[in-house]
Amino acid sequence: MSINRRQFIKLAGLSAVLSVGGITAIDKVKANAQELPSGARATASAAGQIFGQSKPPLTAKRWGMVVDLSKFQTPEDYQKCIDACNRIHNIPDFGEKKDEVKWIWTDTFEHTFPDSNPRDRKEVKDGDELGLFIPEELKEKRFLLLCNHCDNPPCTRVCPTKATWKRESDGIVMMDQHRCIGCRFCMAACPFGARSFNWRDPRPFIKEENLNPEYPTRAIGVVEKCIFCVERLEQGLKPACVEKSNGGLVFGDLDDKNSDVRKLLRTHFSIRRKPQLGTQPSVYYLIGGIKNV
Amino acid sequence: MFEKALVGSKRYWTWIGILLVVIGVGVVYYLRQFHYGLGLTGMSRDVSWGFYIAQFTFLVGVAASAVMLVIPYYLHHYKTFRRIVILGEFLAIASVIMCILFIFVDLGQPMRVLNVALHPRPNSVMFWDMIVLIGYLTLNVVIGWTTLGAERKEVPPPAWVKPLIILSVPWAVSIHTVTAFLYAGLPGRHLWLSAIMAARFLAGAFAAGPALLILLAFIIRRVSTFDAGREAIQAVAKIVAYAMSVNVFFILLEFFTAFYSGVPAHTASMRYLFFGLDGHYEFVPFMWVLAILAIASLVLLVIPKFRENEAILPVALIAVFISTWIDKGVGLVVGGFIPNPFETITTYSPTLPELLITLGVYGAGALTLTVLYKIAIGVKEEVAT
Repeated sequence: MSINRRQFIKLAGLSAVLSVGGITAIDKVKANAQELPSGARATASAAGQIFGQSKPPLTAKRWGMVVDLSKFQTPEDYQKCIDACNRIHNIPDFGEKKDEVKWIWTDTFEHTFPDSNPRDRKEVKDGDELGLFIPEELKEKRFLLLCNHCDNPPCTRVCPTKATWKRESDGIVMMDQHRCIGCRFCMAACPFGARSFNWRDPRPFIKEENLNPEYPTRAIGVVEKCIFCVERLEQGLKPACVEKSNGGLVFGDLDDKNSDVRKLLRTHFSIRRKPQLGTQPSVYYLIGGIKNV
Repeated sequence: MFEKALVGSKRYWTWIGILLVVIGVGVVYYLRQFHYGLGLTGMSRDVSWGFYIAQFTFLVGVAASAVMLVIPYYLHHYKTFRRIVILGEFLAIASVIMCILFIFVDLGQPMRVLNVALHPRPNSVMFWDMIVLIGYLTLNVVIGWTTLGAERKEVPPPAWVKPLIILSVPWAVSIHTVTAFLYAGLPGRHLWLSAIMAARFLAGAFAAGPALLILLAFIIRRVSTFDAGREAIQAVAKIVAYAMSVNVFFILLEFFTAFYSGVPAHTASMRYLFFGLDGHYEFVPFMWVLAILAIASLVLLVIPKFRENEAILPVALIAVFISTWIDKGVGLVVGGFIPNPFETITTYSPTLPELLITLGVYGAGALTLTVLYKIAIGVKEEVAT
């Protein structure tokens, strides 16, 4: 948890005014929030709510996500997650498909898991569309798609400038939009269509009322994608989509057997997108949700 | 020697003028693209590489093909190629320059291109592609200029250039192998995920490059007193015949594996390209032109009676060139993106600005080639008199 000079002065000033628990302002700022006595922690927390600095960062060995589709029933359930991401990350809306930039979106079962339904299937006689023998509910179901944060990501391997890389500490596939030269090799390498390119200047296409001054906008000609909200994890917050998902997106440490995600995966059948390619996606889908298993 | 490019007939300067106009139009549209972004092209989120990268891929092959003259002349002392080996080396220079320009115009942030050198990642094939292309360009500039200079003075080339020439042989193979590896190592792009990709690239290259070289030799014969010689041309034509046979064989191998196994992912892109998929037939006419020209060129090249006829030979070579160009410059790169990772189809066609920028790059290549050939022919004419 790092604070800059300005925040330091503000926090020090506030602490001095409140002066709770007989601890001097200097001591309070020097100490780690977790080690503070309860009274002082309450003060730090109050200051933190004002300055967004209170919670310790969320950490994991390998972040992963479980998508529990039973929790997504109405289109709004999905849209809340997508809107939260779009707003927080200043995702432009070009209003057309060609220049589209997206970090999280929805698609059908067939498109999300194309290998489960080979395209060569024949039209069947009873008129069942495309011979897709899956429950009606699944045909209609939308799936949430985002970067899989693969454990063995092909996109980072091909990047000629290290503008995208897997963070060793927690497995998040990162993106440096200031390093990216816009060669789009990573887009060719990603088997999940998770990456977007700024075909045009995105800035005029961010709705002004949605503009988040805390998060950088992107320049023309660079690649971007979901980064599991690293900026929020640092503030001790879960990714924006997870927060808005009403429990439908479960975020946790895949390397911790006691984590929520591991508990879910231990007790429910899940599938991943294109596991046969060996990229080891970190996003798991509970098909039909918990109730059906 | 450069002064030879500065004196020429009215026809020479008219040609230079036309090329400068073509380049100028390309530059103007490139500036528009620079300002607006690559959205000016037909590329999209799903088809994220298009005509530029396809031309790059094709031209790497043309560049590599110089080795088809270098090997017989320098390694086997096949003296017939003495007069034309420089044409192959200079064609390689012009081709690599076009390759570099095509990569450059395809970059979203061209001003950051040096990041490839400042923050290199040796795992990236693109990093190695940069190394081998620049190396190959340097080798050919040094070798071509030195040997031509020696020819002008009618002395043997300096001894130090021989190791470079030998090095240029595997180096030529490397540029097209590494370029094939850009594609052949990507999971989930089934059209490209083929072990035969590099071999196929080389076979196609060794057909397309020498075919272009003979056509250029025919043009040179008309516009200057320099004649490559019938024997040399026929020898190169045989090389084209062999390479084209292998190229077509390799393409058929791809068809066998995809369609006999019937694995949907392996057939999808090929079905889209050659037969159409889900009501989309955009590339089908091109691919059938490719197939027909490939077969026609083989008939004309393999049968000696046709190959040895200098009225028929150019037709066969044009067929080879167009066929291999469609293969790599039209179908292969875009086909790899269709269908997309969701098994749906987003089509692609280049926009007018994209085509004009492409033409501008070809113009820059043609200008380089014209100047270099003017110098080479000037030297040869000077030595002959």
